[in-house]
Amino acid sequence: MDTPTLRPPRHRVSRTAIWYWAARAALGWLVVLAAQALWLVADRDGTALSVDAHVIGLVVTAVVAVAHVAIMPQWRYRVHRWEATSAAVFTQSGWFKQEWRIAPVSRIQTVDSERGPLERIFHLANVTVTTASAAGPIKVSGLDRDTARRLVAELTASAQATAGDAT
Amino acid sequence: MIVPLVETTWRRLSARMLVIHPVQEVVRAAPALLGLLVAGTSSGGKGHLWSLAGVGLMVVVGMLRWFTTTYRVTPEHVQVRRGLLTRKVVTVPRDRVRTVDVTSHVLHRVLGLARVEVGTGTSDRRLEGRLKLDALTAAEAARLRVELLHRSASAPSSPAAPDVASPVGGAPAAETELARMRPEWVRFGPFTMSGLVAVGVIAGFVSRLVSEGNVDIGSVGPVQDAWRWFRAMSLPLEIATVVLVLVVFVSIASTLGYVLAFGNFRLTRHAEGTLHVTRGLLTTRATTIEERRVRGVEVSEPLLLRAVRGARLAAVTTGLRAVQGAQRGGSMLLPPAPRAEVVSVARLVLPRVSHAAGVSPVTTDLTAHGPAALRRRFTRAYGVHALVLAALLALWAWAGLPSWAWLTVAALLPLTALLAADRYRSLGHALTSGHLVTRWGSLVRRRVALECDGVIGWNIERSFFQRRAGLVTLTATTAAGNQGYKVRDVPLAEALRLAAGSTPGLLDPFLVEAREPDSMSALSPNSM
Repeated sequence: MDTPTLRPPRHRVSRTAIWYWAARAALGWLVVLAAQALWLVADRDGTALSVDAHVIGLVVTAVVAVAHVAIMPQWRYRVHRWEATSAAVFTQSGWFKQEWRIAPVSRIQTVDSERGPLERIFHLANVTVTTASAAGPIKVSGLDRDTARRLVAELTASAQATAGDAT
Repeated sequence: MIVPLVETTWRRLSARMLVIHPVQEVVRAAPALLGLLVAGTSSGGKGHLWSLAGVGLMVVVGMLRWFTTTYRVTPEHVQVRRGLLTRKVVTVPRDRVRTVDVTSHVLHRVLGLARVEVGTGTSDRRLEGRLKLDALTAAEAARLRVELLHRSASAPSSPAAPDVASPVGGAPAAETELARMRPEWVRFGPFTMSGLVAVGVIAGFVSRLVSEGNVDIGSVGPVQDAWRWFRAMSLPLEIATVVLVLVVFVSIASTLGYVLAFGNFRLTRHAEGTLHVTRGLLTTRATTIEERRVRGVEVSEPLLLRAVRGARLAAVTTGLRAVQGAQRGGSMLLPPAPRAEVVSVARLVLPRVSHAAGVSPVTTDLTAHGPAALRRRFTRAYGVHALVLAALLALWAWAGLPSWAWLTVAALLPLTALLAADRYRSLGHALTSGHLVTRWGSLVRRRVALECDGVIGWNIERSFFQRRAGLVTLTATTAAGNQGYKVRDVPLAEALRLAAGSTPGLLDPFLVEAREPDSMSALSPNSM
């Protein structure tokens, strides 16, 4: 028997998404670092933990944060791909843990596009395709606005073309 | 004579609910009230007064609910109007009704009442799509059930037809019995462990009695005697006694619970295309499932039940979520029963299995997931075990935890191996007579047969370690049951074969022949 495998979906996401993911991760880490710094200030006299321990904690967090912000977006960009045909939507996402998702267009229930504040700064948008299953929403994040708009229009049109209640 | 429920006037719930609410609240507050009786007013605290006031308030709120709740059944909708300050109307289109659940607790039964819950597939996650009528008279509830389901199946869009096409009210003529409770099934009672819940409830009651009722347990004579006798024993004897008492108690409570919950169990099929489950000795429960919404079945075998060759059967249905466990949820088709019975009922229930082939998705042989999956079971089981052991060792070294803790965990290492081996043995999948079958789990082994037509899409998940082992976790997403059923740690090629076989054509445009097994790895340069 031959060994079939899935080819990657055809389209990459926008390159700007690397910066968007980096910014989002950096913001998250800043919150953690700020909390640690605040604790250090509040605990100056070293009652709960010695000042050394605080500093070590801060340094460790900073190193992990830098590594995460430097590696994760690049890795993610290499993985994230999407493709929409007239019959199915197919995405590949994740980085450390990766996932393919496939849903037939005939089972699409809603197509949403969303632009968060951070995504707006980078002129990006994401598209979420939901089916009747709560386990199966397909999300394509890091698309540039025009592509997202085109994708939504395309999917909406082909979803309307198919009949049935999609369960 | 049948009074048609199709009408446009708003109706109230049964007036007998005005009796039920006070009694319910008093029962709920029993520990505090009992304490009040036992302790009298001698303790002098104001706590009792407050809890009494609370009971009174709840009674008033409950009665207000009766005055503010009305419902009606129109040709197109079922509507419930409720709320004192915020008036709210919940409207469910009748052709969206998937299930009707009629429950009568003891008190309801004494007064001839029943609670009706209407389930509508989609929004059950938010609970807003569920429509609850607590409570109607039993006759009215039965009539409502028949009307809602049987008409929505036969004539969903013609408002005039229902009165004509109405089946005999309350008891439709064509009914086939698929299964009924047999006395010998009670032997599975002790192995259901439902008695553990009873232990919890009793412990909760006692602790509330102590805290709210100010009863000093230690001063009760028999308790003191038992404690003294217990303390006189050696440590191993003490442990043995505790285990023995617990086992005996849980067994008795479980058996009692089994009889109360599943006594009078009956599973029937109605000609109108519904499955009907009735059960319960004290609290009766009747669930009706539209058969065309059944997408498959789930056979679950908790370890103890598996040891005595018992199993449970639940339906995988759009409209009934299996999240709370099939036992409690409405999707139950068989209580813990002999495996053979489960197999034969599953055969009767699975709607579109070709019986001629003689292959049932519930009994068919499964494909094992191979040596990589076996290794993964062991690394995962021992990984968790090692972490726990390391944490306990660290606590022992630096925080003064007694050494028996980590010694016990270390002694359990062989058990972990058994668990991992059994978890591997459970793993399996198959594609047979239009059903995708997957089985997994050890402490609770589950086997799900999902109709391929009910599969909406596929998620194929690969963690870093799974990629290195060449395995994936394939999830068939569906609108029914758990919303997604996983085939865990299956080789990629096999997963794709399974998915392509279940939904012909869907994957084809995305499949290629692999030249090197690892060309899909995202780390490899060719993905650039």
